[in-house]
Amino acid sequence: MSAFTAAEVEALIPRLRRFARALTGSREEADDLTQDTLERAWNKRELWQAGTNLRAWLFAVMHRVFINGTRRRRPTESLDALQGGLAERADDGASAETAVAVRELREALLRLPDEQRQVLLLVGLEQFSYAEAAGVLNVPIGTVMSRLARGRERLRQLLEEGSPDRHGLRRVK
Amino acid sequence: MMNEQVNESQLHAYVDAAIGDGERAAVEAHLASHPEDAARVSAYRAQNEALHRAFDAVLDEPHSLRVGAARPSAPARWRWGAALAATFVGGAVLGALLHAGYAGRSTSASGAAIARQAALAHAAYLPEVRHPVEVAASDEQHLVAWLSKRLDTPVRAPSLVSAGYQLLGGRLLPPAGEAGTAPVALFMYENAQGKRLSLLVRREPSGSVTAFRFAKQGVTNVFYWIDGPLGYALAGEIDRDELSEVAKRVYAQLNP
Repeated sequence: MSAFTAAEVEALIPRLRRFARALTGSREEADDLTQDTLERAWNKRELWQAGTNLRAWLFAVMHRVFINGTRRRRPTESLDALQGGLAERADDGASAETAVAVRELREALLRLPDEQRQVLLLVGLEQFSYAEAAGVLNVPIGTVMSRLARGRERLRQLLEEGSPDRHGLRRVK
Repeated sequence: MMNEQVNESQLHAYVDAAIGDGERAAVEAHLASHPEDAARVSAYRAQNEALHRAFDAVLDEPHSLRVGAARPSAPARWRWGAALAATFVGGAVLGALLHAGYAGRSTSASGAAIARQAALAHAAYLPEVRHPVEVAASDEQHLVAWLSKRLDTPVRAPSLVSAGYQLLGGRLLPPAGEAGTAPVALFMYENAQGKRLSLLVRREPSGSVTAFRFAKQGVTNVFYWIDGPLGYALAGEIDRDELSEVAKRVYAQLNP
C-alpha cells in the first residue's frame, strides 16, 4: 500500500536525528521530535507522492511536528544538555580548541530565531537546495534566502563576539 | 568581469556551491574587489563546515527510534550490503598491500609518490563498510565545496556513472610531505558489484603537466597524472585496461 517502506525511512533516521539535535540543542528533545516525526510520517505515508524526494518529505513532516509542538524548548533548558554532548567528537582527535569552537557554535545557534536556525541547518548542514528548503518549510524561496542571509549574518556576529556568558544567558530567560 | 552587480542571494549561492559557472565568475570578481563581502563569504563557509564538525557525530550514534508499527530487524542505515563481499576481500589483501606499499621503492619522482599515496589510501578505506567516506555523495554539493576550500582550489568530483560507478562520497587526507602542506582529497566510487575506485586529488607545487602514467602497488592498479596545479591518481583493483578507460573519462570530465 504505502509508497515507501519502513526500511527506507529507517535509513534516514540518522539524518533526522542530526537535524533535530542541531535544531533543539538537546538529545532528549531531538529524539522525541524524531520519534514523533517517524510516527506521523508513517501514519501519513499515503500522502507521500512516489518519485518525490522522501528525505525532503520527512523533513517537512518534522518541521510541522516541530512548529506544532509545545514551546518548551528554550535555550536555557538546553544548555546543560549541550555541555553533555561535548565529548562526542573526541574520537576524531579534535583539539580542545575545536571543542570550544563547537560549543560556541551550538550555543550561538540556539540564540538564533527558530526560523533562521531551521533554514541555516537545512541548507548548511543538510545540504538541501534552496528550493527544497522552501518546500520543507512551505514558504517562498525568497523567504528562505532572506532568512538564510539574516541567520548567517547573525551567527557570524554571535561567533565573533566570542563565547557567550553562559551564566548570564541562563538568567536571561 | 563586466558584471559587478552581485546580490546577496548570489553570495549565498556561491557559499553553497549552488551557482553556475557564469555567475560564479561574476561573484569572484566582485569578491576580489569587496573584501568585506569576501570575509562574509569565508565566514559563512566556515559556518557550514563547523555545523558538520558539531553535529555529524550524531549520524553514528546508536539510537532506539523505530518507524511506525513496522520494526525492521536489520538496520538499513548502510546501504552497502552489496559491497560486503568485496570489502572482505579487500580487507584480506590490505595487510599485504600496506606492507608492499611501505616497503616499496622510495622514488624521487613525485608522480610515483602520488600513485603510492593513492594506492595506500584506497587500500586503507576500501574495507570500510560504514565509513568509507567522511561526506556522502548525497551531500555532493557540500563535499565539493568543502574539499575545494580545504585544498584552496576548485576541486570537482567527476561523474563516473557512464562507467557504472556511483560516487560514494569523499574524505580529506593529511598532506603528503613531498607535495607541500595542503590536504589531499579522496573521492570514492562504487559499482553495482561493490567494486570500488578511489580518485585522489592533491595540489602539485610543480604545476607541470604530465601524460597518463601507470603504476602498480600490490594488487592495486593506479593511473596518475598531473594537470597544472592539481595531481590526480585513480586507484582500483580492476584490470589495467578497464582502469585506463575510467581514467580517461575522469580526465575528459575535468577538461571539457
